[in-house]
Amino acid sequence: MSEITPAEWTAILLSLRVAIIATLVATPFGIALAWLLARRDFWGKSVLDAVVHLPLVLPPVVTGYLLLLTFGKRGLVGGFLADYLGIVFAFRWTGAALACGVMSFPLLVRPIRLSIEAIDRRLEQAAETLGAAPWKVFATVTLPLALPGVLAGMVLGFAKAIGEFGATITFVSNIPGETQTISSAIYSLIQTPDGDAAAGRLVIISIVLALGALIAAEWFARRATARLHGN
Amino acid sequence: MLKVDVQKQLGEFALQASFASEGRVTGLFGASGAGKTSLVNMIAGLLRPDRGTIVIDGDVVDDTAKGIHVPTYRRRIGYVFQDARLFPHLNVAQNLDYGRRMNGLAADPAQQSRIVDLLDIGALLDRRPGKLSGGERQRVALGRALLAKPRLLLLDEPLGALDEARKLEILPYLVRLRDEANVPMVYVSHDVAELRQLATQIVMLRQGQVTSFGGVKVLA
Repeated sequence: MSEITPAEWTAILLSLRVAIIATLVATPFGIALAWLLARRDFWGKSVLDAVVHLPLVLPPVVTGYLLLLTFGKRGLVGGFLADYLGIVFAFRWTGAALACGVMSFPLLVRPIRLSIEAIDRRLEQAAETLGAAPWKVFATVTLPLALPGVLAGMVLGFAKAIGEFGATITFVSNIPGETQTISSAIYSLIQTPDGDAAAGRLVIISIVLALGALIAAEWFARRATARLHGN
Repeated sequence: MLKVDVQKQLGEFALQASFASEGRVTGLFGASGAGKTSLVNMIAGLLRPDRGTIVIDGDVVDDTAKGIHVPTYRRRIGYVFQDARLFPHLNVAQNLDYGRRMNGLAADPAQQSRIVDLLDIGALLDRRPGKLSGGERQRVALGRALLAKPRLLLLDEPLGALDEARKLEILPYLVRLRDEANVPMVYVSHDVAELRQLATQIVMLRQGQVTSFGGVKVLA
């Protein structure tokens, strides 16, 4: 195993950028949705829950294709965004971030939802009797107590985003420097006659990143338990 | 001053209570299942009456006929629960300061140290609730409710989760509160001895109905 080449660095840095942006943008939506699923009863809740989990079970190529139809230049949403706001997803790194965000969303939402469900609602009642309006109760009690779950969700979502392959390559293709993430770089390298060494290096980096994320998520989960017990 | 005239159906259980209290400590007495907690939750705004009115300090907080229901956080009440319900992610000092922050009140160090001294919790300020004993937790919960400067303090069996020794540890603090804190209280209990020591007026509840109302002698 020799040095990491500049081309490989490009893929690694692009993967990190795509996964970080995808996670940061998805997190507020994830918190809102997790809260909705944990705390509210409304018509169509089970359908919404299923839709959120859909990317987990759908073939990634299908999710990617649906993204292409929706957010491509001629897509319903993509056309509007391109014409009026100048935001283009197709064949751009932003599209890769969108694909990763959608694919990792179920993993992001789940720990947040669980940690919100685990919060003793009587604490929120106590906050209300002390004069806290509902949004203040959320900001000062619910969210801080759910924070370890939020961080765990972000770590898991990030790990999933960095490994995403099927939806990304379908939606934004495999363009070096623009949409070629670690996964699609490995895919290209193992189809090249002497790409084995380079593929091997990227494989090891993938394993290290994924393992690190899982260990971090576990650590946050343990912190969550300690926090809820007031230690 | 507190005026309550409410009806509430809770499954099979019908609660109907009407009383007006001027006393410093109104004791709500009754066996468990008599509807005491439901009644206090209605005064707090956590539970909405089916019919009736609740007036705190001349301020109508519930009037079903006029569609008035002031939400809990705007009632300016304090509530001490049987389980202290301290915020586990905040230390004691932050718990004590919570109500002041939420109500946007100016810092009042004099009042703060008065209450901390009254309840003997000065040594606990840096601790997390998880590191407190049951009695300490309940004293902090009392302080937290008082420092929000409520116009009415609701106490729902605040000694209920404590053993005899702890009860005797807390009771003197409650007596001091009654005599020094200047906040009217509603004190829920099924313990005659406790109410004899604390209450100035008694509302007796049985199976959701007020059966007697008057001075402490109605407990006899």
